[in-house]
Amino acid sequence: MADTAREPPPAESTDFEELEDAEELFPEPAAADNESEPASLPAEDISTNSNGPKQDSLFDDDPEDLFAEATEEVSLDSPERDVLLSDGPSPAITPITPPLSVITPCLGHDDMFTHSSFDEIEEEELNDSFDMHISVSDPEKVGDGMNAYMAYKVTTKTSVSLFKRDEFSVKRRFSDFLGLHSKLASKYLHIGYIVPPAPEKSIVGMTKVKVGKEDQSSNEFVEKRRSALERYLLRTVKHPVLLKDPDVLQFLESSDLPRAVSTQALSSAGLLRMVNKAADAVNKMTIKMNESDAWFEEKQQHFENLDVQLRKLHASVESLVCHRKELSVNTAQFAKSAAMLGNSEDHTALSRALSQLAEVEEKIDQLHQDQANADFYLFSELLGDYVRLIAAVKGVFDHRMKTWQKWQDGQMLLQKKREAEAKLQLNNKPDKLQQAKDEIKEEIEELEAKVHQGERDFEQISKTIRKEVGRFEKERVKDFKTIIIKYLESLVQTQQQLIKYWDAFLPEAKAIS
Amino acid sequence: MMEEVQEVRSALSVHGHDIKVTDVLRDGDALTFVIVSQKLSGTGEYHVDRTYDDFEWLQQHLFSQEDVPGIQGVIFPPIPAKPQVNASAKVLKQLGFLGLGEWQPYCKALETFLRQVASHSMLEKNKAVEIFLTSTDPPGRQRARKNIFNRLSQAVEEKRKEGHKDVDEFFQAARDQNLNLTGHSKNAAERFLDVVLTEQKIAVACGHFSAALHLCVEAGEDPDKQAFSRICVKLSEVFESMKKNMTSTAANDVSTLGLGLDLESRYQEAEKEMLFRRTCKLVELETARRNAEKAKPVKKTAMEEVKKAAETEFDQICGVAKQEIARFEGVRVEILQQALVQWCEQQLLTAKESADQFNQYLQAFRGMA
Repeated sequence: MADTAREPPPAESTDFEELEDAEELFPEPAAADNESEPASLPAEDISTNSNGPKQDSLFDDDPEDLFAEATEEVSLDSPERDVLLSDGPSPAITPITPPLSVITPCLGHDDMFTHSSFDEIEEEELNDSFDMHISVSDPEKVGDGMNAYMAYKVTTKTSVSLFKRDEFSVKRRFSDFLGLHSKLASKYLHIGYIVPPAPEKSIVGMTKVKVGKEDQSSNEFVEKRRSALERYLLRTVKHPVLLKDPDVLQFLESSDLPRAVSTQALSSAGLLRMVNKAADAVNKMTIKMNESDAWFEEKQQHFENLDVQLRKLHASVESLVCHRKELSVNTAQFAKSAAMLGNSEDHTALSRALSQLAEVEEKIDQLHQDQANADFYLFSELLGDYVRLIAAVKGVFDHRMKTWQKWQDGQMLLQKKREAEAKLQLNNKPDKLQQAKDEIKEEIEELEAKVHQGERDFEQISKTIRKEVGRFEKERVKDFKTIIIKYLESLVQTQQQLIKYWDAFLPEAKAIS
Repeated sequence: MMEEVQEVRSALSVHGHDIKVTDVLRDGDALTFVIVSQKLSGTGEYHVDRTYDDFEWLQQHLFSQEDVPGIQGVIFPPIPAKPQVNASAKVLKQLGFLGLGEWQPYCKALETFLRQVASHSMLEKNKAVEIFLTSTDPPGRQRARKNIFNRLSQAVEEKRKEGHKDVDEFFQAARDQNLNLTGHSKNAAERFLDVVLTEQKIAVACGHFSAALHLCVEAGEDPDKQAFSRICVKLSEVFESMKKNMTSTAANDVSTLGLGLDLESRYQEAEKEMLFRRTCKLVELETARRNAEKAKPVKKTAMEEVKKAAETEFDQICGVAKQEIARFEGVRVEILQQALVQWCEQQLLTAKESADQFNQYLQAFRGMA
């Protein structure tokens, strides 16, 4: 089994338990479109499907192939899931405590993106006459007890001609989103496309919801998830190639989606863990790629740095959100104490002023909560999304290395065969000779074809990655700018509200005597 | 070093209402406060250096004015707790607002104490006040003769007198109200302190975020990289601005409402102590009356004397106490009003400045290519 080849970093032993359990608990799933096999089976070629771009058997019998697991998945719907999946935070991002209030931040995007033909990887320069609005809304609990789940309404408004109608909506559950991601990942990641990661799973969060507690923390959890699902879809459809994928179209349009039962969806946190482990292992492995292209070297370093910086920023914002919520709690308590003081006060005007003070502080508490939401839903989630996105980027770079390796391996094998052929020429057993010579000739021809393909694959993935990275950098600027503007708007609004409150309170304070 | 002060009373030669504690000097663990007061004659100022011990010396002298009738009925302006350089968590908690910042709130509290003393008709004439404010030499470090009321420890057996039923409706009501307000004002001060401390934490967090953004600046000529770097730099400025806003808000909170609530809380305690002294006197009086009644003829006269003395003293205390309570009501309402008005005005100013600042950044980002 592939396990023995791994060197798990000690901190992540829980992840390994996950996988091993998966292998024991889950029988081999029925093969379905675009599904990949779990690692318990000997690694096999993925069943190709005509609606994906041409796939070569890149997931070969490589026992060292840690990336095979990148598509291994765990079913959400099985009861073993709870035992199986630790809710341990991914090393990258610890889910933070959700904000206090359930104000739905308005995060509708409207985006223009380029139109490009599906088979061509060339992107035309921006003829943006297409737009697309997607919203995820109306979370609704379906069913009871541990089999319950949340259904979300996915509404699409668009003028893009790919779709049959202008406006339509469907009901989807979380596992559907994960299913979509796993399909896209299995089709596109290994050829260099940066597939946006799906939102993270959370056993704890969902269990509370299932158990039926209608309390604030479950509401916040649902809201956090709803928002994450929305952002996930928006990122996915913004990608000109992914948008055209039939699975995406089906996801958005079709009222009946086959349940992603045997797709054992891997959460982005799990993917992150995989990539991290894989990346570590790759470094330890002897893929010493002769990087002939400085661009890739530079970019890889760039993403390493970016990863570190974004995580720092994310941690910083989480701290800010935490304190902001603390401030809200403290303000509420102060408001109460001021009210009590006002009630005990004999002096009428002072008593009234203190009661007004209590009211103002209650309103300010609400402002703090709103601001904490802005801190969280705008910045914290943005940074979190980007940290996860970078994991996908790193994965794509690693795939390129593997592609290169494959090509090199092919070349080495070809070389060996040629040498063997040469040896045969010198051999003196004429009857066996011709047969062997023919065999070897065939093998050599095959290998030559493979090597050519390997080279083309390598060139293709390099080209794709260059484009994808360029796109990523552009999107990054747009994303951040959009979020920052929203955030500044929230800051301005908060101050303006404060001005109103203080303006109203001042005469009360002055009127005390 | 001055000799022990005689209980001589004379007019104060400086203005009481604008005494200032202008500076605090730190020498190792010792803190010295600089006090400036204006001469009544209009010919200049007094500058003196005083330590906390000197303040305690003053207070002891005020407490021990036995010749002043009804002195126990005075609500003594409260002095802050002893300051400590590199204070322990316990001391910091005790100091509350006064332990924040670089001792500015503390100086303000000392200033208020001196102003209250200097404007109190029964206290300001004590020579100790004059010496404290005007003498270049440090006042005597000897303890006053008799420590009539030691604030720091109410003997345990005395504690139960606190609940002793009063003979006077007015005073019973005053005691009940005081009990109420002491608790609530202390609570409000503590809750407000929590708010301020959290605001400070937020300011620090914003500072960290701002600094971390600078690390994201990327070198290179790639236009997207440059655009991203510009964004990071600008956002860093935004968070720096947020930090300033929070720091300002917290500082405003402390210097106005924080100090106001702190003073109210400590002043209510001072009133509580006065009322308790009166209650103790009441118990003493009732005991004296019983003793006089039950006394055997031999002791009777003596007991009657004691009873009369107790009655006189008690009446004097009650008289003073009533005045003090009325005065205190006026003082505290004024203090709280001033605190609330100043607080509101300063927060209004901060909010307007911040709104402008954030708006500027918003426009800048919108205009960014």
